[in-house]
Amino acid sequence: MRDLEVGEHLYRFPGGLKLRHHKQIACRDPLARPDLPEALYLPLQQHQGPFGEVLVQPGDRVLKGQPLSRARNDREVPVHAPTSGTIREIKPWPVSWPPAGEAECLILEPDGNETWFETNALENWHDAEPADLVEHIRAAGLAGLGGAMFPTAAKLRGDWAQVHTLILNGSECEPYISCDEMLMRERPGAIIQGGLILARALGAGKVVIAIEDQMGAVDKSLSRALAEHDPDDICRIVEVTTVYPEGGEKQLIQVLTGAEVPHDGLPQDLGLVCLNVGTAAAARDAVIEGKPLIERIVTVSGPGIAHPRNLLTLLGTPVSNLLAAAGGVDDDIERLVLGGPMSGLPLASDRIPITKGSNCILVLRRQDTRREQPVMPCINCGECVRVCPASLLPQELYKYLKAESHEEADSLDLFDCIECGCCAHVCPSHIPLVDWYRHGKGVLRERGIEDARAQKARQRFEAREKRITEEKEERRRKREQRERKLKSGGDARSEVQAAIERAQSRSTESDKDADQ
Amino acid sequence: MSATLSAILVAIGVMLALLLGIGLVLLFSARKWKPDEGSVVEQINRILPQTQCGQCDYPGCRPYAEAIANGEADINQCPPGGEAGVKALADLLGRESKPLDASHGETKPPIVAVIDEDRCIGCKLCIQACPVDAIIGAPKMMHTVIADECTGCELCLPPCPVDCIDLVPRRRPFIWPVHAIEVESPPGREPEHPEREHA
Repeated sequence: MRDLEVGEHLYRFPGGLKLRHHKQIACRDPLARPDLPEALYLPLQQHQGPFGEVLVQPGDRVLKGQPLSRARNDREVPVHAPTSGTIREIKPWPVSWPPAGEAECLILEPDGNETWFETNALENWHDAEPADLVEHIRAAGLAGLGGAMFPTAAKLRGDWAQVHTLILNGSECEPYISCDEMLMRERPGAIIQGGLILARALGAGKVVIAIEDQMGAVDKSLSRALAEHDPDDICRIVEVTTVYPEGGEKQLIQVLTGAEVPHDGLPQDLGLVCLNVGTAAAARDAVIEGKPLIERIVTVSGPGIAHPRNLLTLLGTPVSNLLAAAGGVDDDIERLVLGGPMSGLPLASDRIPITKGSNCILVLRRQDTRREQPVMPCINCGECVRVCPASLLPQELYKYLKAESHEEADSLDLFDCIECGCCAHVCPSHIPLVDWYRHGKGVLRERGIEDARAQKARQRFEAREKRITEEKEERRRKREQRERKLKSGGDARSEVQAAIERAQSRSTESDKDADQ
Repeated sequence: MSATLSAILVAIGVMLALLLGIGLVLLFSARKWKPDEGSVVEQINRILPQTQCGQCDYPGCRPYAEAIANGEADINQCPPGGEAGVKALADLLGRESKPLDASHGETKPPIVAVIDEDRCIGCKLCIQACPVDAIIGAPKMMHTVIADECTGCELCLPPCPVDCIDLVPRRRPFIWPVHAIEVESPPGREPEHPEREHA
């Protein structure tokens, strides 16, 4: 099969919305750091998948960059100490997922010295084996920084055919979020180098960096970095039209290639891997500087914050510290959102820490969140169908989910929904459609888990029944054997006689021994 | 006259032969393609929650499934399956759904057994009672429950001589609530309608 052309022509994905950008407000000030907090709260799980083996205990002194947990496979991602200090506790703490829930966190009290643990750079990565690069990236704790937090190592190697092109996603399409734009302005060289490293790890011959057409300065800074770091002309910058949600993985691939990622399939099936530009910069830091992922750029923005800006933040920093660093919040703030206004998650508390996938903290006032009208019945207008980027039937899904016909919703490909929020945004009846889809997915996932449990219980019950009948059968057989022997008379008596004789001879022998 | 009579006789004969033939075919096909009892039991058993708790008065889910298939037991005797289970059974068997029979117990949220290891004396009685072999231990050694395998059937409670087994709610995955968390219109939405792009 001929490799797909990536970015030669630009295509369109179905649906989508043109939204007000609101990005520049957070890009006026240069990148800054919030103050070092009194304690860092590090969730053990900051990615999709199980967490690894915890390596530290309360009371341990740790250095900046020291691994606090260890990955045993590609789906696990280690966590590192963002600064030097002491591990105070390991306990449940409020986190962003599940909403209003808690998860096990390592609580690190910084000592303020910022003493580095040994850094583990890979000399001469140009000649390194791809496996060594992946190993390095896994040990550095990389998970997708775009927000999905998928373990990077698991994207780089797996059971698929050759990957020919790496797409670096710099088209963050949600309003307000500008952390990737800031990164591309401030560290374009790191993104290019990281892209080349990741391409080598994948065995991909091409790198396409997708940016939005509204990011003028980014194009120039990336082009300069290309001239410096990419002598072999592997990387290419492609500007895509800003239509929400073109920054979604599947939508971006469709825009760049015209091909759709198959249902139940992966970008790798098309010979593509899509990674966030932040992940590329983190890969560069891991391989060239030997530094693990301990900080990221977070946008703090929205109508309710005094000085919207981008902050280079240590992982584990509570949201309250970021709000303070951005000049504090207005009096009438109503809600904090993690992510953008379209698909973000409401935060239950400002004690929640920043994790690897936290790209933006959005501060909303009462008038920004107020719903003008109550939820009305669906009028079948079809607006949601026209804007759905996944070509689903949002109103049908809604009707099935409302009627608790989850199987039918599943058969209409509920799980292909990317929860972008376009349908809810245009709904004239103000139906919170995405909430329904998230709910429906949760119900179906739990059902799957319950079914698996029930089938396991059935197998164990049947295995036990089988064992018990076999044991009974065995006992019955033995008893019958004994009875047969006793009934057969002579044999049995002679056996008893023989046993008595054996016992007697033993006792006389032992008497002899005693005599001697 | 005799021609008419013989025609009638032939007609009767043909009818009788047809009846006999069709009867034989029906008899044969009923014998040969009778509904597979095993597969009906299997389908019922797949609906049952496999808790193996015995609250239905049968020693496990499969025996209850067999009893339903034979018409001995009603479809509303399984509290862990709940109303949804009764409905699924009614749909499968083409019967009218009915409320759960309260005499067999109430539907409870999922639970698992936990052994208080300080109090356990290692008597093995719970191990023998567990229908899914989810308790491990040896004589006079501490026992413990494999939480992932425990169905929460409560059958280990009565035999325990020191009352060291507790039932705790099972951890369930988070499910996004539809009404509790209200995610409202994003602030990008202004009174005038946003520009829209359609494919």
